[in-house]
Amino acid sequence: MLRAFGLGATLFGFWLALSGHYTPMLLGFGVGSCGLVVYLSHRMNVIDEEGVPLQSALRMMMYLPWLLKEVLVANIDVAKVILSPTLKISPRMVLFHGSQKTDLGRVIYANSITLTPGTITTGVNGNEFEIHALRAADLETDEEQAMDMRCSRVEGG
Amino acid sequence: MDMALDALSWVSIVTGLFFMLVGTLGVLRLPDIYTRLHAAGMTDTMGAGFLILGMLLQTVQGILHGESTWWFVLFRLVLIYVFLLFTSPIASHALARAGLAGGVDPWTAPGDGDE
Repeated sequence: MLRAFGLGATLFGFWLALSGHYTPMLLGFGVGSCGLVVYLSHRMNVIDEEGVPLQSALRMMMYLPWLLKEVLVANIDVAKVILSPTLKISPRMVLFHGSQKTDLGRVIYANSITLTPGTITTGVNGNEFEIHALRAADLETDEEQAMDMRCSRVEGG
Repeated sequence: MDMALDALSWVSIVTGLFFMLVGTLGVLRLPDIYTRLHAAGMTDTMGAGFLILGMLLQTVQGILHGESTWWFVLFRLVLIYVFLLFTSPIASHALARAGLAGGVDPWTAPGDGDE
């Protein structure tokens, strides 16, 4: 119930921010369509801790700045690799182990890995993440462990 | 203030363009689909990121000039980037998986093969 309400409130806030028209009729349409979406989501049984992860929303927002910093650092590294005349790459498939307990946490971790240039998640099997690394030689395990830890913290519990 | 914001906005947009260029160069220079995906990912995260940051600074300038409707623009720009953050890794992942499913072996550096 709380989740359904949270979903409705989020959708309507989103609608308000994007619409820019605040006549009673249009507001009514907004309320109506948000209500319909909540009803359909309820019927589809997707209003749960995975479909509407309210429990992680705040921690997610605190995680994003750190992730963006990592993305920036990794981007500069990959840019250096591409711009160097010798193209020093040693691509390889590697396996990472994640410590997440839920599918949502695994998705967050897998997407974070892909978002940082130089590593792409090509497969997830339980808690084993199959990664294609651009430069397997200087893959920093410390960094990956920090990301794994932070993703586990985002999922909470 | 206007000058400073404009300058920052320009620096940001030029940085974004630089990362776009490097990403494109990477797609041309790197040897196979998997390594090229790394380069393509750069244009999404940093290229688009800095371009949007530059546009954000322009909207901030508008807001400072009393254009209150520009808050909407600001919010939408942030949303565009958030959606990119959610969707672009999924696209990369799907492409890499499609490559693997299609039996494309990842390129390895000479003398650096699978041990």
